Amino acid sequence: MAIISRGFIGRRPEVDPSRLPPGQYVAHDFPVLSAGPTPRISLDKWRFEMTGLIDAPRSWSWDEFNALPSETVTLDIHCVTKWSKLDTTWTGVSVDTLLEGVVTEATHIMASSYGGYTTNLPLADVMGGRAWVATAYDKQLLHPEHGGPARLLVPHLYFWKSAKWVRGIELLAQDQRGFWERNGYHDYGDPWREQRYWGD
Amino acid sequence: MDWLTARVISKRDETPRVRSIVFDCPMWKGHMAGQHVDIRLTAEDGYQAQRSYSIASSPEDDHLILTIERLQDGEVSPYLFDELAPGDELEMRGPIGRHFAWTPETVGPLMMIAGGSGVVPFRAMLRHRRANHVVTPARLVYSARTIRDVIYREELDDIEGPEGTEVVLVLTRAQPDGWKGFDRRIDAEILSEVTWAPGDKPKTYVCGPTAFVETVANCLVDLGHEPESIKTERFGPTG
Ligand SMILES: Cc1cc2nc3c(=O)[nH]c(=O)nc-3n(C[C@H](O)[C@H](O)[C@H](O)COP(=O)(O)OP(=O)(O)OC[C@H]3O[C@@H](n4cnc5c(N)ncnc54)[C@H](O)[C@@H]3O)c2cc1C
Repeated sequence: MAIISRGFIGRRPEVDPSRLPPGQYVAHDFPVLSAGPTPRISLDKWRFEMTGLIDAPRSWSWDEFNALPSETVTLDIHCVTKWSKLDTTWTGVSVDTLLEGVVTEATHIMASSYGGYTTNLPLADVMGGRAWVATAYDKQLLHPEHGGPARLLVPHLYFWKSAKWVRGIELLAQDQRGFWERNGYHDYGDPWREQRYWGD
Repeated sequence: MDWLTARVISKRDETPRVRSIVFDCPMWKGHMAGQHVDIRLTAEDGYQAQRSYSIASSPEDDHLILTIERLQDGEVSPYLFDELAPGDELEMRGPIGRHFAWTPETVGPLMMIAGGSGVVPFRAMLRHRRANHVVTPARLVYSARTIRDVIYREELDDIEGPEGTEVVLVLTRAQPDGWKGFDRRIDAEILSEVTWAPGDKPKTYVCGPTAFVETVANCLVDLGHEPESIKTERFGPTG
């Protein structure tokens, strides 16, 4: 049972409340959440790799990656630190495209990043047009603070699942905890069920 | 993670814009220095707002303390700063954020770099060090606008010295007469003077507004520190 805070009024969102998951507020700037310095990645060395439980591992250079068919999508994002940003526009390659023709028994993936961070997701959550590897935000190349050159984009989960500086996806036979998940954050992270932390 | 009831015991002015709030939270299970809580406020019509606040008290302190900077036109911080009074209750859950925690077993000198209210988790670390008689060196570099904006000023004066703890103040806007310390925003030159060399393998924690953390962390990497040795907590969404 919630405790009423005497005299607290709050700032009601100026958007359709059905677009805001519980406990979130609308941010107008673009805050940053990460556990360390922003890594520097040179584009000639950048690669995106798909490894693990896969018939043949796949790997793309920056140029090869940018030659893949891309999509531009507009959607809402929700960060575990409480801010949400509505109608953000991203350009990237659908994970379905990257997985095309892959034969695998995997049920989960571990996304890993330049800088060493990792995050786990069910494979099904990055399929079916629900996840991208994004290289542009608002039609501009993705700024390093926000995960450039490329970040995973899985908008239906809390935004830490959208691994910044992503370098690859490992296909796994079972779930395994990534960096944030080992540090107290939820294994799945559905904002609509407010799955922020362990035990939520 | 469950929401717990926390009751305000007292409030204390730290600076003209910052107040500490002392809570009694009977169900609290303890925390590590550097972690934070989420608090949740509910209006009469059921509308709710949540925000995160670092824990200013150390694990062995009797009460949980948060230190709140009042942001102009903010939704939550002006309420906590102005309205919340002793005897009031609110909902709290935590502790959260093991990635920014420091424990006495941590190997290597402890380097803390704070901008503004980013000093809050470092107060917990400093108190925790003292309570556990940790003797590995520790240094807090703390950037504030003026001497009046320095949070925990007396406590920081007091904590300096005995166990090899140093506090370096950086005053960016105005300085008292005869000030001999740094008088500009933290830059690479200041950092190279006040931080240990990468070879000393310091464990570095940086906390404050996003832009501050970004600048400091980038400079540290430029100075040769391993990115893995630098932990950051960005208070955003200001700056
Ligand atoms: C892990 C973590 C730990 C933290 N620890 C601390 C701590 O120890 N102490 C502390 O003081 N803070 C801390 N913070 C920050 C804290 O969570 C809040 O962000 C802060 O108190 C501001 O909340 P608010 O509701 O008052 O302001 P908000 O309403 O969130 O607004 C923030 C600023 O943006 C401006 N703004 C908001 N909405 C609009 C709009 N629509 N148009 C224009 N401007 C707008 C406001 O004027 C304000 O200046 C921490 C944050 C994190 C993530």
